[in-house]
Amino acid sequence: MRRLAPLLLLLAPLPALADSTMPKAALADTQLPDARQEAQAKALMESVRCLVCQGQSIADSDAELAADMRAMIRERVQKGEKPEDIRNWLIARYGDWVSYKPVLDTATAPLWIAPLILIGAGVFLARGRFRRRRR
Amino acid sequence: MKRLVIWAPLAAFVIFFGVVALQLYRPDNREHPSQFVGHPFPIVQLPAAASSRPTFTATGGPRLVNVFASWCVPCIAEAPVLASMTAQGAVIDGVALRDRREDVDAFLAQNGNPYRTIGLDANSRVQLAIGSSGVPETFIVDSKGIIRHQHIGAITEGDVPDLLEKLRAAQ
Repeated sequence: MRRLAPLLLLLAPLPALADSTMPKAALADTQLPDARQEAQAKALMESVRCLVCQGQSIADSDAELAADMRAMIRERVQKGEKPEDIRNWLIARYGDWVSYKPVLDTATAPLWIAPLILIGAGVFLARGRFRRRRR
Repeated sequence: MKRLVIWAPLAAFVIFFGVVALQLYRPDNREHPSQFVGHPFPIVQLPAAASSRPTFTATGGPRLVNVFASWCVPCIAEAPVLASMTAQGAVIDGVALRDRREDVDAFLAQNGNPYRTIGLDANSRVQLAIGSSGVPETFIVDSKGIIRHQHIGAITEGDVPDLLEKLRAAQ
């Protein structure tokens, strides 16, 4: 069996790399009894990026780390911590990248301001045209 | 002047398209280094992960903190490299991720035990607290308990001199 094991591993290389055999943490897939707290936790989970399946939120991801993050978020919300504080705690460790909630800072400011500038420029151009026509 | 202005939108489009195309063809970077380097390693109570070693402590001189797991295949490849680092005087504390004591014992019996202490992080609390996102990962912690460096992935022979140098710098 010991000799066969590496061959068997070849059949399923990815799960062997990425998964433990541990059961999921208690609150990973169990809702909180308090509906208001569960709604808060759920909203946060839907806007936190999974570190393993990097295009998914931890609410959608099946990765074990995502399950542990859900459990941690539910535990902390249950203890009365504010969801935004938990988000900031995660951002301090993983960067803005971990949060799907767009922030306004010097790097993203052009994204927020450019549409306003473009609309302003459009209005200015259109105004010139309308004036000419009126004459 | 007006002739030149006519070309401005096309020029803007070409620049925009060029930037987008350039970024699209850049290789994807899936590694996201911890933002917690420079902060103190969190003080946590973990149960001992192996019967032959005391549990992990957040204090205790400059050392490497190696996040590993018995179910992690690259960790097997990393084990002899870690052993060579302890032979060169490095202190390595282990954090076993989502693991069981008997599994860790079996892993250490098979691959060697380079660790001074090993803590069991059953639900990734320590991993999340230090901004780590996979196994194996190795952190250099200085004598004041501050995280100085993060190494993502298995340590290979080629990484050893650089890491030992960083460990010395963390005195």
